[in-house]
Amino acid sequence: MRLSLLALLAKEPAHGYELKQALEQIFGRAYPSPNIGQIYVTLGRLEKDGLVKAVDVEQSNRPNKKVYYLTAKGREALDAWADEPTEGPRVRDEFFMKLVLAPMTGVADRTALINRQRRHYLALMRDLNELAERTDRGDRVALLLIEGAMLHLQADLDWLERCQEDLP
Amino acid sequence: MSPPPIVNTVNLVRIYQDGGVPVPAVRGVDLKVEAGEFVAIMGPSGSGKSTLVHMLGGLDARTSGEIWLDGSRVDTLSESAWALLRRRKIGFVFQFFNLVANMTVADNVELPALLAGASPREARERREYLLGELGLADRADAAPAQLAGGEQQRVALARALANRPSLLLADEPTGNLDSRNTRDVLRLLGEVHRDGQTIILVTHDARVASLADRVVSLLDGQIVDDGAVGPVRRRPRASAGDVVELRS
Ligand SMILES: Nc1ncnc2c1ncn2[C@@H]1O[C@H](COP(=O)(O)OP(=O)(O)OP(=O)(O)O)[C@@H](O)[C@H]1O
Ligand SMILES: [Mg+2]
Repeated sequence: MRLSLLALLAKEPAHGYELKQALEQIFGRAYPSPNIGQIYVTLGRLEKDGLVKAVDVEQSNRPNKKVYYLTAKGREALDAWADEPTEGPRVRDEFFMKLVLAPMTGVADRTALINRQRRHYLALMRDLNELAERTDRGDRVALLLIEGAMLHLQADLDWLERCQEDLP
Repeated sequence: MSPPPIVNTVNLVRIYQDGGVPVPAVRGVDLKVEAGEFVAIMGPSGSGKSTLVHMLGGLDARTSGEIWLDGSRVDTLSESAWALLRRRKIGFVFQFFNLVANMTVADNVELPALLAGASPREARERREYLLGELGLADRADAAPAQLAGGEQQRVALARALANRPSLLLADEPTGNLDSRNTRDVLRLLGEVHRDGQTIILVTHDARVASLADRVVSLLDGQIVDDGAVGPVRRRPRASAGDVVELRS
């Protein structure tokens, strides 16, 4: 969230609610709708770190609003972010822990664990299929996010199969 | 009395023995599929998925056990009786699509309908519909060799559906497709399934499997899981907007 806010502010100064709207508009249905409280908390932290500054803008018959803009230090942080390769997703290892440990400790049967997990992945995939159906064809950003989630899920399922083959 | 299942296997076994050690590919499978069901078969490579669906389509002989289709025992049929049964009742998509090389795409797709007794006009209309749904309308006059692998695979699916079979058997029908073409295939499968088509489909693709009513998992030639794809076991998504949380 920090860096997406910095990136938006690099384009133009904005107040909190405008940032919320911009995120919603850009990422569409596939992105968790950002909570306005969270946005203000993040902006407060960015301000404390000197990455953004706020000016009060007077409004007729309404309380002043704070308009945020990027500082030079904020710009540097943003450039550093853009220049770095991004970490790949980490393997979700909680299930793997369960899979390896549960039978050893007698907590659960491995086949049952794998079967339950496979069904869960497929149910998630069904959700994603339905979400893709409901998403506007023109909303490329949202569709690509959904497709990314599907490809990750497929990899999880393939890995599950490998575990099933190779664990005794 | 309820109608018999479309497919029913009893302790079905296939052991390959060409020369050396016997390879048990399918080891005692009991599988019942009711009319109108869409069943996905999953499992690691070599777990016996292709062997199983080949036997269901009479393309491979069982070693022991029984196969019943639509209430009749079929594992004892002769090859010519199987050929007749396939022509009338079964559509088959091979893992490595078998198109007739010296016929156009259109003729490949129309042939099964004609063989099953459709009029030329019916066969043509069905072909136009199927190729259209799969984004191949403009490839109708091409020869199979002129098509990309993913296109050939979609033609093979169109061909398998041409005679409106009571049973569609498909072995990895999206194995060579990119996301967009997979979406076309999924849409068509969903459509024919809604119209009552019974489908048994082998797949590694979770997107395809998640559309099925039921998923059967094979491991070492045996069924290790068989059940419906249920709802997600957690709070339902309040809004559509939680996809990225999947990985958080
Ligand atoms: N004609 C054959 N002769 C001998 N062994 C065979 C033959 N066909 C398959 N097998 C063996 O039977 C087992 C099951 O093969 P099958 O092709 O059914 O697997 P599969 O689940 O379809 O795998 P994949 O996901 O790779 O397509 C494998 O061990 C395979 O080597
Ligand atoms: Mg196979």
